Amino acid sequence: MFENILEKENKKVILLGNEAIVRGALEAGVQFVSTYPGTPASEIGNSFYQIQNSKDEIKGLYFEFSVNEKVAMEAAGGASFCGLRSLVAMKNFGLNVASDFLLPLVYSGVKGGMVILSADDPSCHSSAQSEENTRAFAALAHIPILEPSTPQECKDFVKFAFDLSEKFEIPIMVRETTRVAHQSAPVKLSVISDQLSKKGKFVKDHKKFVTMPPRVLEMHQELLEKIEKIREFSENSKINSIFGNPTSSKLGIITSGVSYLYVKEALKELNLDIPVLKLGFFNPLPEEKIKKFIGPSAGGLIKVLIVEELEPYLENEVNKLAKEVNCDLRVIGKDSVPEVGELKPEIVIQVIAEFTGKKYKIQDTKYKIHGAKRHPQLCPGCPYWFVFNGVKKAAKDMDVIFGGDIGCYMLAGFSPHNIQDYLYCMGSSIGIAHGIKKAAPPAGGQKLITFIGDSTFFHSGIPALINTVFNKSNPLIIIMNNSTTAMTGHQPHPSAPAEPDGIEIENIVKACGVKNLKTIDPAKQKEFIQTVQKFLKKDEVSIIIARHPCIFLKKKK
Amino acid sequence: MEKSLEQFNIVIVGTGGQGLITLLQILAEAALIEGYDIRTSELHGLSQRGGSVEVHIRFGKEIYSPLVAQGGADLILALEIQESLKGVYFANENTTFLINKFFIPILGEKLLNEEEILKELKKISKNHVLIPAADICEKELGSNVVAGVYLLSYASFKKIIPLKPNSILKAIQKIVPKKHYDLNKKTFELAKKYEKN
Repeated sequence: MFENILEKENKKVILLGNEAIVRGALEAGVQFVSTYPGTPASEIGNSFYQIQNSKDEIKGLYFEFSVNEKVAMEAAGGASFCGLRSLVAMKNFGLNVASDFLLPLVYSGVKGGMVILSADDPSCHSSAQSEENTRAFAALAHIPILEPSTPQECKDFVKFAFDLSEKFEIPIMVRETTRVAHQSAPVKLSVISDQLSKKGKFVKDHKKFVTMPPRVLEMHQELLEKIEKIREFSENSKINSIFGNPTSSKLGIITSGVSYLYVKEALKELNLDIPVLKLGFFNPLPEEKIKKFIGPSAGGLIKVLIVEELEPYLENEVNKLAKEVNCDLRVIGKDSVPEVGELKPEIVIQVIAEFTGKKYKIQDTKYKIHGAKRHPQLCPGCPYWFVFNGVKKAAKDMDVIFGGDIGCYMLAGFSPHNIQDYLYCMGSSIGIAHGIKKAAPPAGGQKLITFIGDSTFFHSGIPALINTVFNKSNPLIIIMNNSTTAMTGHQPHPSAPAEPDGIEIENIVKACGVKNLKTIDPAKQKEFIQTVQKFLKKDEVSIIIARHPCIFLKKKK
Repeated sequence: MEKSLEQFNIVIVGTGGQGLITLLQILAEAALIEGYDIRTSELHGLSQRGGSVEVHIRFGKEIYSPLVAQGGADLILALEIQESLKGVYFANENTTFLINKFFIPILGEKLLNEEEILKELKKISKNHVLIPAADICEKELGSNVVAGVYLLSYASFKKIIPLKPNSILKAIQKIVPKKHYDLNKKTFELAKKYEKN
């Protein structure tokens, strides 16, 4: 719980993984934090926001909800260039948005310690779009990645990451998954840093901060060398450690993150003592340590099991290393560990039982789950009920394509609405709408209505709108202004009237050159329906701003 | 239950908005007071908006996995009776089902009746405790939002959960916002009264 984040040092308190990330950053003396909300990373920003707005406000600590993850990362980068410690937090897809900045940032490196928190969501508990594994950025961006297993490690690894970042002048990524971010457990606290009086100063350094060729090629070379130095550090780091006696067994297990917890649980349950190499560093991997673990000095393992969720990135690396030191080693991974969906204790225990030739009878599964699936629903009183009902009535008897975007309004895809014909990533509803309208011209009679929330519009809808106007197509875009970022927990965003100094979405739309624009409270159904019908006949893009606050905002007042 | 506790595994099922995460926090805090190692797992986000929700807590001497394994639950606490069926995956023949006799309709679906549900549950475990907690709380306290706290307190008095009632009460005091503490304390006392009946 939130109050525990600010508890005194040496106390043992229950923290959620994400709360432990916040505590770790506070202990490390973070001075600049930015984020765009996204589950399972949202509580990180929420907690800083709460700290900022509470009596416990920490002087010298700046926090913002940025407009999107790329801007958030750029801002945190800028603060780090000025020598401050900065943290930027996001969910996996956010890292994609920010990746354009991430790659050159890793090239140039940083000044003040900079930690990038990315949260993956295997099984897509709270994610549409893909089961993304952000470990892939190790290969793409060369960024060092740490993987904590528990809330205690979340706190400790973040602190460690700040030191590491500053020592090697490189941003460090801490990767969580849902079962780490939303796991709670007792955490032993250390002192919250009070060294926050540091003022940032940008010291000009053309060689460091300008990524132009030919300098950028040198930077690439320097980065590769830096990674090798960090690898040496990783070889000796305690966060990569071996449990059990490596010479006692012909079998071994390599794992990291939450998978490690399932491995430990399974070994306890099966009463097995086989050595486990737990990796805190996913990148750079401690190659010598791994070789020692699988190679002749460990008595020559016959088989090694790699327990990891999603893609076999670790398995592939171990396979390469095995060729150097133990050609006969059987590396077992995705041929027995599922590649789709998160791991669970019952999966890992079966895998390990099979790996070790132990008999293990899993609880009988003949009891299939009865009872209907209970889908999430729009809250009673949610303004989207008005929007969806109105649109359905207005578009009755017409061939209309419905575009979806990321927010509570994804529920348009479920009963009783059933009006979502495509859904991809943040802001994409408008860009795709433009393409569809270009490909399927008005003569064909197909109309198109897309829904996009206010926060999503700010995040990445605006460039697509400008494109739609400039390149001339005619979707009807309904911007749902409910004055908050509802789905992820009601974080503020730049829109007026929710924010006193907010930006009117109307002004942005007008400035983009949209002629057909109307702001309506969708509760006024008649006017809303008539406007939808009128706008569907237009030859240019048209926009309805459906303005009605989220019911949670009403409750708060 | 008097021997030193190796582990105790609880899965709480219900629907989004029933306060499952608060219950999880109370249990975790109570287990911490008694000096146990603890792991919990919860989910946030859109799927929790009125949909089926399941959260896990495990405590004992030394705990690793935040998830209860299939068939590994000692207790399944169902805040809605139809949702108790979702707990079956985690049950074994010794599992106790502690169920709030309370129906929340599922959009577009026929309500399952109590007999149908119990018939399914009995296939796997004979231990069911069915309590109209929502009705009791509504009648005696004028609110059914505390039904979960009622069941939790009841479970502790009845030793269905190996945590002392006093630890539960202390945890409630820590977790529940001050303005709701009185109602929750009354709920705890009410569970104590009914436990003796």
